[in-house]
Amino acid sequence: MPMLEVNNIHTYYGNIHALKGITLTVEQGEIVTLIGANGAGKTTTLRTISALLRPRQGNVLFEGEDLSNIPAHQMVYKGVAMVPEGRGIFSRLTVSENLDMGAFSRKDKDSMGKDLERVFTLFPRLKERRNQVAGTLSGGEQQMLAIGRAMMSHPRLLLLDEPSMGLAPVLVEAIFDTVIAINKEGTTILLVEQNATMALSVAFRGYVLQTGEIVLSDSAQNLSKNEMVQKAYLGME
Amino acid sequence: MNPEKKFTLRDAVNQGLIAGLITSLISMVGMVELFSKRQLIANLMTTAQVFILLAPALLSYQSARKSAKNNALASGAVTGFFASIPIIVLVLLASAFDLRQFLVNVSPNLISTLTFGQGPVVGSLILVAINTLIGLLAAILHQLDEKIRNPILTGLLWTLLVGMFSEILQERLRAFFGISFTNLIIRSKALQPTVAVILLVGITAIAYFWGQRGASFSERIANQSATQRRNMIIAQRVAFFVLLLAMPLLLGTYLSEVVNNVGIYVLMGLGLNIVVGFAGLLDLGYVAFFAIGAYVMAILTSEGFLGVAQTSFWVALPVSVITAVAAGIFLGTPVLRMRGDYLAIVTLGFGEIIRIMANSDLLKPFIGGAQGVLQIPKPSFFGTSLIQPGQLYYVVLGGVLLAWFVSTRLSNSRLGRQWMAMREDEDVAEAMGINLVNTKLLAFAIGAGFSGLSGAIYASKLTSIFPHSFNLLISINVLSLIIVGGMGSLPGVVIGSLILVGLPELLREFAEFRLWMYGALLIVMMLAKPEGFWPSAITKRELHAHDESIPIEEPAAAD
Repeated sequence: MPMLEVNNIHTYYGNIHALKGITLTVEQGEIVTLIGANGAGKTTTLRTISALLRPRQGNVLFEGEDLSNIPAHQMVYKGVAMVPEGRGIFSRLTVSENLDMGAFSRKDKDSMGKDLERVFTLFPRLKERRNQVAGTLSGGEQQMLAIGRAMMSHPRLLLLDEPSMGLAPVLVEAIFDTVIAINKEGTTILLVEQNATMALSVAFRGYVLQTGEIVLSDSAQNLSKNEMVQKAYLGME
Repeated sequence: MNPEKKFTLRDAVNQGLIAGLITSLISMVGMVELFSKRQLIANLMTTAQVFILLAPALLSYQSARKSAKNNALASGAVTGFFASIPIIVLVLLASAFDLRQFLVNVSPNLISTLTFGQGPVVGSLILVAINTLIGLLAAILHQLDEKIRNPILTGLLWTLLVGMFSEILQERLRAFFGISFTNLIIRSKALQPTVAVILLVGITAIAYFWGQRGASFSERIANQSATQRRNMIIAQRVAFFVLLLAMPLLLGTYLSEVVNNVGIYVLMGLGLNIVVGFAGLLDLGYVAFFAIGAYVMAILTSEGFLGVAQTSFWVALPVSVITAVAAGIFLGTPVLRMRGDYLAIVTLGFGEIIRIMANSDLLKPFIGGAQGVLQIPKPSFFGTSLIQPGQLYYVVLGGVLLAWFVSTRLSNSRLGRQWMAMREDEDVAEAMGINLVNTKLLAFAIGAGFSGLSGAIYASKLTSIFPHSFNLLISINVLSLIIVGGMGSLPGVVIGSLILVGLPELLREFAEFRLWMYGALLIVMMLAKPEGFWPSAITKRELHAHDESIPIEEPAAAD
């Protein structure tokens, strides 16, 4: 049984048909990426999976459980954490307070301490700056904080929305290294990216989205060799 | 201050003209004339003159601050000089033409105030001289060392305040020290000139020595052991509490009444602070809950024909609060999906609905329509009716302390953090596992509860209530006082209420300029001190995050 199963979902914004029957699966322990151009429906897919949007048709199963009637705030209790697009950190709170908010859903203080250690090992910068107001962090640090905060809920599935957005190339690499590290420690990851080169270099499998439909799905390796993907998303002629 | 942008003579002139225009404006709307009756220093100075000279003084000070060190004095004087020009223009125009046809407030009286009673020509010359002098003095003041400047400013401020409120002070001094002693200090509602000088010099000296000693004093505190410090904090708290309890004795009837009015607003402010400051939900119909609290209290306790139960104040009080809470949930439920501006509009509508319903013929048999509910008894405590403002004070104080306690506990609780996260980003808060529906409803309900409590006390304080007392203005007042005090800050609510409710109450001349002053104050606040007079820790941190000088408090060691 796949960890996450998205069955033919149709999501609308008012009358706009944004997702036209998306079907995808994520297996336990994988990194799966969704690539596609602006407006292809990547973020909409992620928001539908995390129950912030409701599909009009189709359903989402997480570990076999239908999530259709689970409110969005319950998702984190089920083991799904999301790093929203544009980071969405609490900019007026300090780094520590942000991380504390990430563990909001938890009551087990002991393992929370362990997770905090883990986040600080992944992102030593956050430890250095733990008393700093989050809004004054650099873009890369804010992205680290957003990922670290999501990790504080000890998720089994991590949904990452455009972690490379607006970051310098060197920082993008650093972020993707951590994505791999997080995955190696046992967290399954669904990654939405415009930066297809980076996304395909870390992912096991990938889906290509175009105007609300999946046009291609294959292993990451095959996708990066695919002519159409190379042309449209990898900038190769 | 800013080396890249040079402050030229032209800027100084501009500043002066602006100052003059401000003064002319407050003259033309009639503020100056109203205040000319309030004397500061017997036969020497009225509050009106303070108002005339305030803008030139402030802007000259600004000019001196902005210009280069070597011509700061000149800039100040220039600003002062040009500040007199628009006023002189006004004076000359008023004496040549009959401006009252379209500017009703430009009366001969005003002109005589502006010209110090000397006629247009001599008066204008005096205006030029005084404004230039004030500009120069302000510039000199700026050039002085901070150690001397700050005490002088403190001295000036307090002397002006004492002078302005000398009428009230006179009454209080008489009550404590008798008439003959009081007459030495304050005669016919104004300070004696010698006393004013003594006050100015005395307060300046005290402030100066306090400034000198302050450093060593705070050092001594820093060197104290933890227990000593804790004892001191406890001692301070006890002293403060005793002061709170003894307040009515010190203040007398009139001031107690003022304090009660301030307290009613503090109570409402603390409630709205939860909704707006903590949870970030802009509620413009907050008065609705105040009205509901007041009407429930009125109907339950009234001895008139509308009263249904004639219960005691203490029985009706919790019922009022619970009704208001229920109304909060009732309003909260449909508007949960609204954000920002939309929420503000919907709540605005709710506030108006409640007021119009109270006014309606439909509900007239129950709540009296425009005639309101009369004969509401004052609260009584073990058989004594709390008729005096000094007695009612304790009821208000109790309410405020309760709301304060609940607010502090909540802001540090899990719910407080939920509100904080929701205020920052609703989507992310939801992704963190926060139930937005419950979190919003709780904010609405608790805020409404405090407002209902406030309304209930208000109804029994006034003994009669009318629909028109619950208009939109109250919502705006409460919101303004939160902004002026500092969003999300509890002491800020008290400061804001003192400034926006207490001050206008004391300066009764303000009455018709209340809204005018609110507008002016809010604009100045947003420009000069956007975080409010007493900002919450988070706001302070946000606005000063880039200066390294304010260290962020180390969180307590992990437990």
